[in-house]
Parts: sequence; structure tokens; C-alpha cells
Amino acid sequence: MLSKYSEVKWESQKLAINYFRVAIILFLANLLFGLLAAIQYLYPNFLFEIIDFSINRTLHINALVVWLLYAMIGAVYWMLPEETGIETVGIGLGKLLFYILTAAIAVVVLVFLLIQVGAGDIKSIWLINEGREYLEAPRWADIGIVVVVLGFLANVFLTAFKGRRTGILTVLMFDLLALAGLYLAGMFFTKNISMDQFWWWWVIHLWVEATWEVYVAAVVGWGLIKTLGANRKIVEMWIWIELAMLFGSGILGLGHHYFWIGTPEYWWEIGALFSALEPVPLIGMFVHVIYDWGKQAGKQHEINNKPAFAWFVVNTFGNFLGAGVWGFMHTLPQINIYTHGTQWTPAHGHLAFYGAYAAILIGMMYIVVQGKYGIRQMRFTAAGKWGISLLTIGLIGMTMALTIAGYQQSMIERAEFGSTWAGYFAAQNSHWMLQAMGWRLAMGVVTMLGFVFLFKDLLTIGPKLKAEEAAGSTANANAPAGAAATA
Amino acid sequence: MEERPTSVWGSTRFWRKSAGWVTGVSALLLIWLSADTVPQISMRSAEDLDAGKPMRVPPPTVINHKITYEFDARRGHEIPIIGEKEAFFGRNDYSEEEANALLTHGKLTVQAKNCMSCHTLLGNGGYYAPDLTKAWLDPAWSDQGPYMAMTGTTSREEAMAKFLMKPSTYPTHARRMPELGITEDEAKAVVAFLKHMASIDTNGFPRNFAKINGGVNAK
Repeated sequence: MLSKYSEVKWESQKLAINYFRVAIILFLANLLFGLLAAIQYLYPNFLFEIIDFSINRTLHINALVVWLLYAMIGAVYWMLPEETGIETVGIGLGKLLFYILTAAIAVVVLVFLLIQVGAGDIKSIWLINEGREYLEAPRWADIGIVVVVLGFLANVFLTAFKGRRTGILTVLMFDLLALAGLYLAGMFFTKNISMDQFWWWWVIHLWVEATWEVYVAAVVGWGLIKTLGANRKIVEMWIWIELAMLFGSGILGLGHHYFWIGTPEYWWEIGALFSALEPVPLIGMFVHVIYDWGKQAGKQHEINNKPAFAWFVVNTFGNFLGAGVWGFMHTLPQINIYTHGTQWTPAHGHLAFYGAYAAILIGMMYIVVQGKYGIRQMRFTAAGKWGISLLTIGLIGMTMALTIAGYQQSMIERAEFGSTWAGYFAAQNSHWMLQAMGWRLAMGVVTMLGFVFLFKDLLTIGPKLKAEEAAGSTANANAPAGAAATA
Repeated sequence: MEERPTSVWGSTRFWRKSAGWVTGVSALLLIWLSADTVPQISMRSAEDLDAGKPMRVPPPTVINHKITYEFDARRGHEIPIIGEKEAFFGRNDYSEEEANALLTHGKLTVQAKNCMSCHTLLGNGGYYAPDLTKAWLDPAWSDQGPYMAMTGTTSREEAMAKFLMKPSTYPTHARRMPELGITEDEAKAVVAFLKHMASIDTNGFPRNFAKINGGVNAK
């Protein structure tokens, strides 16, 4: 992905490659700060009062959100000219915004690392740290993000209206508009923590359990057409069905975050019912991929990008398992009163973010590499196989370890000790909790190894397969006609 | 023109319309429910508090009162009970304006120090440190807990404030809270924020808070 060689003719796709380049670097930061935080669970003096857990975790989760957003924007810029058949309108503005956004993010990261915290006044919220999980970016950066996203949306809308507006694009336009608008719900200060959390969840939940999921449904659909040659009409119909199910369950599924933050009791029933329905569309997405795969098998269209397709399968199954099953396991209020705010949440969070979002966007990276080098058949390389295997094993391993930690914490801190300060430490110091955290760290290292293979593969697979295909076509050209036909 | 499908189930148009309706109705329901919830979780007035009206989020002047967390037989879980006047840093007569300023400063400090990255507030945040929802009521800060003796203080609020200003000098476990440069004013404001948070009706979360003493506090 780094080399200058490119068969990409659309400027929009060149911009997409830049978005993916930053995304993969932020993915590395995501894993790196996660590892530091995981070490601190076992060795609390590690980097104590230098880069504290709070800083590591902030960078861990923000790098995650930002790399996913970068890859999401990149994927749209990649798809846009292929869907519309025209160059992206306002591509110059798009490039400018890319550099502004990247510079802003670099400044925010440096402030988080070097300044870390501010005095208790509104200036700190504007300049240093907003201090609200996932939305830590200071207010100036929020405004910058909104401006950049508005520019991006303008590009998408204008291009779609000028060129061909496909069903997939229509879904994306509608979805991205909602996604951007929701961010505004997180941009105000209130002294009332209940009100703060109420609107905070509008951003967090309606992103990851509604608009991001619909985005994924649209991108997977596009990817299936691209890699399998799936029937566009069927794919687009499926996307509308998925959209209905995702928004039908996800919008009111917001209620499962309103059990204990000061909000009325009726959210118990609403949250329980709709969040219990949330896994249904995720099964649908998995079935869709497998169905299309089976339907196309043996036909003219072989999978033309095996690594991308494998990542789509990891995506749909991981989404169902991580977001669907692991989410459902602790979503009912009767259970959630004991699991809310314990290691249950990161157990679910790790597999859900990986399955639902990381995997699909890594799949998109392979499609980008294929397009950049003009490769007809993308096969798996050894590094690619190691990458997908180790990342998946690492994430599942971390999820299992954190699930055990979550059980421990729920049982000891919540049930046995009544949730007090003493109960918290009793749970944290129980040997089973420490064992789980040890496994989490080990599996974190496996994940990091997987990333190294993935990174190497993304850098090298393009030139390698391109050279192979070039060698193959010369060989074919020199061989007798009959041999070329059977090759 | 789309081809006429043989069945409605295979019609993109049908599903597109359905998606529109489902999304629209869900969004309207959410807005309607939010319109009911937002007034309920808005801070009530000091007059409402003095009149003893039931409320989910009390006004900042709740810091003038004693707060307990008791089982409510009708609702089937614990709720915060706002009791008689109680001194907070030696006073129980904070005006609405003073209490408001204190709570605002406290909340700003909680955000500027990024407390939520290690602690959970109302159960949301990081899992590296104890949940703070009902921290104000935690026995750790009472005369039964370790902190009053360690900080050489005689009240809950003083122990909390002194700890917050120099947390890593009062270690109880290998995992310590780092120095965050919290000033005396900020520390007092954060304690006011914590006391206010303990008075919020969280539908019984956390369950049995401080009711079970476990092995550690067994008497």
C-alpha cells in the first residue's frame, strides 16, 4: 500500500488510499496502547505517573474509533467513482480536508500524551480533554471533525446526484447523514451527569449499534458484488431488509443503556425487548454472505479476492458472535444490574468492534490493494493467512479471558460484596481475575503478532501478485494456444 | 423501471419502503420517549427538594442533606433517600448559587482529569478503578474504612478531598490512583459532584450497595 505504483485512475481512489494508510497506522496505535493498558492490569507500577492507564485507555479507544472512521471514509471514497461512474465532485476539497483532519488528530494525540489533563475549567474541555469516554477529543477538534465530515458528506451527495445513484449509495447517503448528525449530540457541557450520559449514548449507541452497522451492511453488499460477482438486485434488496431490521432493533435498543443512569424504569422493558432483537439482523448478514457464496460457487465468477472475502466472513460471523451473542448475554436488566460496568463490557466490546468493524475494513484494504495494483485474482499469501488467523485467535482469546474476568467481577464485587470499594479490590485481586488478565495480555500479544503479519501482507501482496500475474501472462503468451486456454 | 416481481417478498421496492417506515417510526418513538425522559432527568429546583417532592435527579443543594440508600418495597430495589440537613465541609447552608457553582466546578474537574477513563460513573467508563456511582456512601470513607485514619481527617468529605489531592501517597493496593494535580478547590468540588451523583435515582444500581460486608468488612 505504500509504494508509488498505482493503476488507480480515479483521484477519489487515490484519496481513499491515503485514508487507509493513516487508518492502518492508527490501528497499530490502537493495539499498542491496548497492550500497555493490559500490562498495567498485571503490573500497576508500569509507566505509573508517566503514561497512566487513563491515558493509555483513552488512546486505545480513540485510536480505534478514528482508524475505523478513516477506513470508513476511505472505503466510501474508493467505492464512489465505481458506483457513480464519475470522478468525485470536490475531490480537491476532499484532499485538503484529509490533511486538515490528519494534522488535527496528530495534535490531539500529542496533547493527550504530553499534556494529559487540565485544570477543572471549561478551557480544558475546549483545548485538552473532554473527558467523556470515546468523546475525549477536545471541543475544538469536535468542531473540526464536524467541518471535515460536512465536506465529506457534500462530496458524497454531490457526486451521487451528478452520477449514477445506486441503491447501495442511497443507503450510504442516508446513513452517513445520520451518523454525522448524531455526533452533534455529544458536543455540550452539562453539570447533570444523568443528562450527560443520556445524550452521550445517542452518539455512542446510535453510532455503533445502528448507523455503523448499516454502513457495514452496505459495504459488505458492495464487497460481495465486487469479490463474488453477486447479483446487485438481490444484494440491494438484502441491504434494505437489513436496514429495516438494524434500525428497527437498534434505534430503540438504545434503551438498554438507560437502565441505570437516572432514567425512568420503563426503559427496562423497551431496552430489553429491542436489544434482544439486535442479533437478528446480524444473523441475516452472515446468512447473506454464505448464501451468495453458495449461489455463486461453481459459476463463472470465482472469488476474485480471497483475502477480502475471508475477512468478510470473519466480519459477518464476528459481528454476530461479538455484537450479537456477547451483547445479548448481558443486555437484559435482570442480568445487567450485576454486569453493568464490569469486564463483561470490554469482553463484548473487543469482539464486537473486531468482528463488526475492523474485519470488514481490513477486507476493504485488500480490495484497495487489488485495485491499486490491478490484480485479477487475489490469492492468500502465507503472511495473509497468519494475519487473519492470529488476529482472530487473539481477539477471541481476549474475549474469553475478559468474559471470565467479567464473571469474576460480577460474582465477587457485585453479588458477594455489594459493589463497594472493598468489593472492587476483592474482585480485582482474586487469583482467577489475575489469571484472566494474564491470558488477556498473552492474547493481546498474539493479536499484535497477527497485526505484524497483516501489515507486512498489505505492503507486499500487491507487488508480489502483480509480478506473478505478469510472469504468468508472459508464460501463457509464449505457450501454444491450447495450453494457454487450459492454464 | 423495476421489473415487476412475482412476490412482494422479492421486491426491492417493498423492502425499501418498509425500511423507511420502520426507521421513521422507530426514530419518532425514540424522540417521543426522550421527550418524556429528559424532563424527568432534568435537575429539580431547590424548592422541590425542600418540599420533599420525589425526584430522579435532585438539585445541587442536595449536598446540604444526609443521603442514604434504602430498599423500597414498592419498587423492589434500593433508592436514595434524602434526609435531614448534614454538614458538608462544615456547612449545611449552601445557597442554590453556591451549590450550583460547586457542582459545575466538580463536573468540569471530573471531565478535565478524565476520571471516566479509569472509573465508571453510573456504570459507564473504564474498569481499572472502582465504580463511583454511590462512592459517597462507600464504607471505605466512613469511620469504619481505612481512609479517615490514613488522611488524618474526621469526616467523609475531608477524607475524600485530601485523598484526591495526593492520591498516590495514600496507597491501599498495588494499583494506585495517580497524581492529577487536583487543587483543594477542585477536590472539594469533585466531592460535591460525587455526593450529588449518589443522590440520583438509578433504579437500584448498584444492587445491595454496601449492604453486604463480604469478607473484608465483616464485624
